[in-house]
Amino acid sequence: MSQVIEGLYYSESHEFVKVEGEYGYVGITDYAQDQLGNVVYVDMPEVGDDVTAGEDFGAVESVKAASDLISPVSGEVVEVNEALEDEPELINKDAFGSWIIKVKLSDPSELDALLSAADYGKLCQ
Amino acid sequence: MSDKKTCLYDAHVALGAKMEPFGGFIMPILYTDIAAEHRAVRGACGVFDVSHMGEVLITGPEAEKYVQYIFTNDVANAPIGKIYYGMMLHPTGGTVDDLLVYKMADDVFFLVINAANIDKDVAWMQQHITSFDAHLTNQSDDYGQLAIQGPEAEKVMQEVLHLPCEELAFYTFKTLTVDGETLIISRTGYTGEDGFEVYGSHDYIQKAWAALIASKRALPCGLGCRDTLRFEVGLPLYGDELTDDISPIMAGLGMFVKLDKADFIGKEAVAKQKAEGVTRKVVGIELEGRAIPRHGYDVEVDGQVIGAVTTGYNSISTGKSVCMALIDAAYAKLGTPVQVRIHRKLHQGVVTKKRFYDKHYKK
Repeated sequence: MSQVIEGLYYSESHEFVKVEGEYGYVGITDYAQDQLGNVVYVDMPEVGDDVTAGEDFGAVESVKAASDLISPVSGEVVEVNEALEDEPELINKDAFGSWIIKVKLSDPSELDALLSAADYGKLCQ
Repeated sequence: MSDKKTCLYDAHVALGAKMEPFGGFIMPILYTDIAAEHRAVRGACGVFDVSHMGEVLITGPEAEKYVQYIFTNDVANAPIGKIYYGMMLHPTGGTVDDLLVYKMADDVFFLVINAANIDKDVAWMQQHITSFDAHLTNQSDDYGQLAIQGPEAEKVMQEVLHLPCEELAFYTFKTLTVDGETLIISRTGYTGEDGFEVYGSHDYIQKAWAALIASKRALPCGLGCRDTLRFEVGLPLYGDELTDDISPIMAGLGMFVKLDKADFIGKEAVAKQKAEGVTRKVVGIELEGRAIPRHGYDVEVDGQVIGAVTTGYNSISTGKSVCMALIDAAYAKLGTPVQVRIHRKLHQGVVTKKRFYDKHYKK
């Protein structure tokens, strides 16, 4: 059974957002990493790029397939998780601890459209 | 049309395999982890259900003459028990399918074809057999097939399945009667490692699979790692490196096309390609970094698309991101810098040999 953490925001395409102040840390959920299998590469945007809610900003690749990353929020990428460049498998070990991008939220009201932990948990059943 | 099940479908589901459609069948892609299954075959032993493969028996006084006419390799004067790899071609030189031909007797040949092509191949073969005194039987539904692959495969065959096989040389086979039924055992595979393929009734294959799994001497392996294994050693997959439009010459498989034998379908076209060269070639490309080039991604030079990736992975055995690609032959020289477009970004690479990892066959 994959893990769901309270207090995070979730998208139906299996990304999460962890909000700290005006920033959001975006990654993929434990359910998503379990479905993908061994992550071997994470295609990430660059610091300074803008991401838009509902649009893809990169991809997570397992041996077998690439899965697009859809941003749940809009804003500027202020940091990318460089540890994933050398150790993409960190996503399998700890999906919620291995955020992919840190975004300066341009429209925090977008969070209202995302799922709660309880609703996301139901989606994954 | 719904996907067919092999005789081991229930066994795969019981093991918790991830099942997906492949070549008209619902097949196990992986059981636990593609990389672990891949390494088991490179380092010890893995077993694959390859019952989806098609089998066609050709018999009759002109069986050999017919096989010679539809097949690029030369089976004339072949010893009984020998296996040949080659292709069936369109008159254009494009590939109908790649296959193995087992010579069972002077007038009996056993052809092993790709699952996805069974209907197409059988129709094509039927069309061409009418002018020969030979008969064709599609036995694809009668046989189950296991591939036992890896450096420990010989021991596993002997000690778990009690099938003597040590005397078999690479690309030879024998038939063996076990408990009243006839098996075909060959020293062949699609992994670049030593190994065997066993053809038998559904009942035998189910029992053999159960014995192998229970012994824990052979890890169950899915088609996911079958693809990563064959790819690393540069073996082609029909649909990727060989298609109706890609000839064996373009794919770099000219050694399996014998122009010094009697006429065969497509001979004129491939002879011309061999003599004059081809406009497109399948090459290897090694990329900087870990981004993964996938089937269909563009290969570019100076902003111009010069071809497309046929198969690509982050190679499990070497850790490098590599691919095979069909590109403009002008760029096919080893060492040529090329780029592959992956998720909008261009990644730098260089043309290499297609073999990214050395084969370890036992001769």
